[in-house]
Amino acid sequence: MKITNTGKQKDCLLITVEGRMDAVTTPEFEQTLGGWIDEGEIRFIVDFAGLDYISSAGLRGILTSVKRLKAMGGRIVLTALRGTVKEVFEISGFSTIIPIYESVEAALQEM
Amino acid sequence: MPEIRSAAKIEHLERLIDFVAGHAEMAGFGVNRINEIELAAEEVLVNIFQYAYPGTDGDVVIDCRIEDHVRLILEIWDNGEPFNILDVPDPDVTADISDREIGGLGVFFVKEMVDEARYRRTGNSNILTLVFNNQQSRGRQC
Repeated sequence: MKITNTGKQKDCLLITVEGRMDAVTTPEFEQTLGGWIDEGEIRFIVDFAGLDYISSAGLRGILTSVKRLKAMGGRIVLTALRGTVKEVFEISGFSTIIPIYESVEAALQEM
Repeated sequence: MPEIRSAAKIEHLERLIDFVAGHAEMAGFGVNRINEIELAAEEVLVNIFQYAYPGTDGDVVIDCRIEDHVRLILEIWDNGEPFNILDVPDPDVTADISDREIGGLGVFFVKEMVDEARYRRTGNSNILTLVFNNQQSRGRQC
């Protein structure tokens, strides 16, 4: 898994996550995002265009971060889910509790 | 039958998943179906890593075979306390964000991804058999 901070727009931190979010790699996602939250970031656009795979451990990591940010008045939105990642969000119902957009551009228009 | 044995520890997850994915790939399964198989396998394995051997160490074994070039069959063995993962109740996938619990979601994914799942207890072993057709007809089969 590779997490990259690709800059800031409209007061949102733009992040890309590539590769796999599984039981081994997800703690790194939580720690990295947690670090940015500790630095004061509370609005995130997380681009999953390069994410190939996610398991329940990955969803747990996202939910933990979403709940933490919600309590701080912040938010996370996701973009460009595809393949099995999209399927996992749909069958788990996560696509109804976390805002998902087709692209980073579409997400930015709503932020 | 190709088989892999490993200590039931999270650091071996990648190796075990690679074994399963490698066989699915050799059998000609598509990328999305392989991801679904990896998902089911990860959820079962992580459950074993976390719960099968409380306070002690143990192994996990995966047998993998292909039938008729269209069906992948995994048998996942552990020697923990008797436990049928298929008995875990489904989570509420319609719950609001504040009420969302992750418990049970992994097992839910297993049930969603397989075409057939069976549990049996033989001697000291829990044996979970998961059957994946190359083209899954979407919808619950078990």
